[in-house]
Amino acid sequence: MITMSVPRFWRKQVARYNLIGTHCTNCKTYYYPPRNMCPKCRRDGKLENFKFSGKGEILTYTVIHTAAEGFEKQTPYVLGIVKLEEGPSLTSQIVADPEDMKIGMKVRPVFRKLGESSEKGMIYYGTKFVPE
Amino acid sequence: MRDVAIIGVKTTRFGENWDVSLRDTITEAGVGALEDARVTGEEIDAIIVGNMSGGQFIEQEHIGALIADYAGLAKELHVPATRVEAACASGGLALRQGIHAVASGLEDIVVAAGVEKMTDISSTSASTALAAAADREWEGIMGATFPGLYAMIARLHMHKYGTTSEQLAQVAVKNHANGVHNPIAQYRNKISVEDVLRSIMVADPLHIFDCSPITDGASAVILAPADIAHKYTDTPIYVKATSQASDTIALHDRKDITTLAASVEAGKRAFKMAKLTPNDIDLVEVHDCFTIAEICAIEDLGFVKKGEGGKFTEEGNTAIGGKIPVNTSGGLKACGHPVGATGIKQAVEIVEQLRGDAGKRQVDGAEIGMTHNVGGSGATAVVHIFSRDR
Repeated sequence: MITMSVPRFWRKQVARYNLIGTHCTNCKTYYYPPRNMCPKCRRDGKLENFKFSGKGEILTYTVIHTAAEGFEKQTPYVLGIVKLEEGPSLTSQIVADPEDMKIGMKVRPVFRKLGESSEKGMIYYGTKFVPE
Repeated sequence: MRDVAIIGVKTTRFGENWDVSLRDTITEAGVGALEDARVTGEEIDAIIVGNMSGGQFIEQEHIGALIADYAGLAKELHVPATRVEAACASGGLALRQGIHAVASGLEDIVVAAGVEKMTDISSTSASTALAAAADREWEGIMGATFPGLYAMIARLHMHKYGTTSEQLAQVAVKNHANGVHNPIAQYRNKISVEDVLRSIMVADPLHIFDCSPITDGASAVILAPADIAHKYTDTPIYVKATSQASDTIALHDRKDITTLAASVEAGKRAFKMAKLTPNDIDLVEVHDCFTIAEICAIEDLGFVKKGEGGKFTEEGNTAIGGKIPVNTSGGLKACGHPVGATGIKQAVEIVEQLRGDAGKRQVDGAEIGMTHNVGGSGATAVVHIFSRDR
């Protein structure tokens, strides 16, 4: 199963729920997922939390027919790389009809269930995207 | 720094080898390479082994010690054994670390090996294990699979450059045609473009025949200082370059999704070290974990311009007899992909080709060959160049 332990998920839960990443005030670059060190400025970087608008566009996508373990019930599902308007890109599921998917299409974030560790186990929530 | 030569090689049969364990298969490869090099156990200074995930595949870590033990090199000789890991580039990394050890002068005879035993668990569990080569926290948890990540590379490559599903399929068709002539290959049957396009969709646009299989197998090479290589063999193959480069672990953080920048950089570093260019290479084994990966590889290594890999393949330039034969072994697609072993197997194929021992898949007059081994979706790339001439 592609799952994570409770503390591992909880550690970045706020970032997952609210699309909170980081912004380096030194080089003005935005990062999502959040980072503890600016990859451009390294030790000279000055990072602060930043809440992304969530507006973005589809850089590329696929329709997954053979699912990752634990995602079997969701097939076929659309997985995409979303380029956020502030700059960074992330991987997420796109809640859309595969037929409607296009590179470059505008998307916005939605709060969704990602999966569960078992039938009676923890439910993971996070951010997916839908067409604008 | 000393020049390094490969003096012995062996790859086991690749496939679903339910009758063989990890320790059995790696011992077979090691012994075969030692016999090929006519080296005794007492001469071995060190073992470096590439293994991606004994922990997940067979719940066994401490693979280095296990191998030394079962090869009879632990209890009396106490030969040091080190496991290295870079996902599917673990084998290439083991070779590189072995070359470092010999080149530095610290060790003389080093066994560089790779092994993976992947079929003791279900293919679903194996896919989960492989997904650990991507970013578990920000890719895997969203439902990303490895075919899914490469499918996203393929989709954008098609969008930007007009690459077609037929061109992707041509990679699999060509590699299966090569695999027919490789006695150790997992698949030794020809397939057609139609077969690929009719096969089930795994992650659109990649069909199951666009994907390399799950495989058991091991491979080993014996490294020695070039100055004493002729003591062991009449046909030492010399290491002209070893290089490695890193990129972001997650595909979404790359500068360009259709370029494996680690491959570009490792390629450049290797050509610089060997003082060669892509035009000098007679054949190359690239990391075709998916058909799109071979197209990206030949572009990123400089054999063809970015975006033209599909057309180049379709025109037959990468077949045996073409401008630059790619994956004469059958590649990961047809020969199989025991992840930790692949990087070593690639080197073994080049050595057999440069020795002139490749039988029906022999590239005429092969003098210089190259290997390209990738970890994950491109976070690690390892490149080597080998030559008949020192």
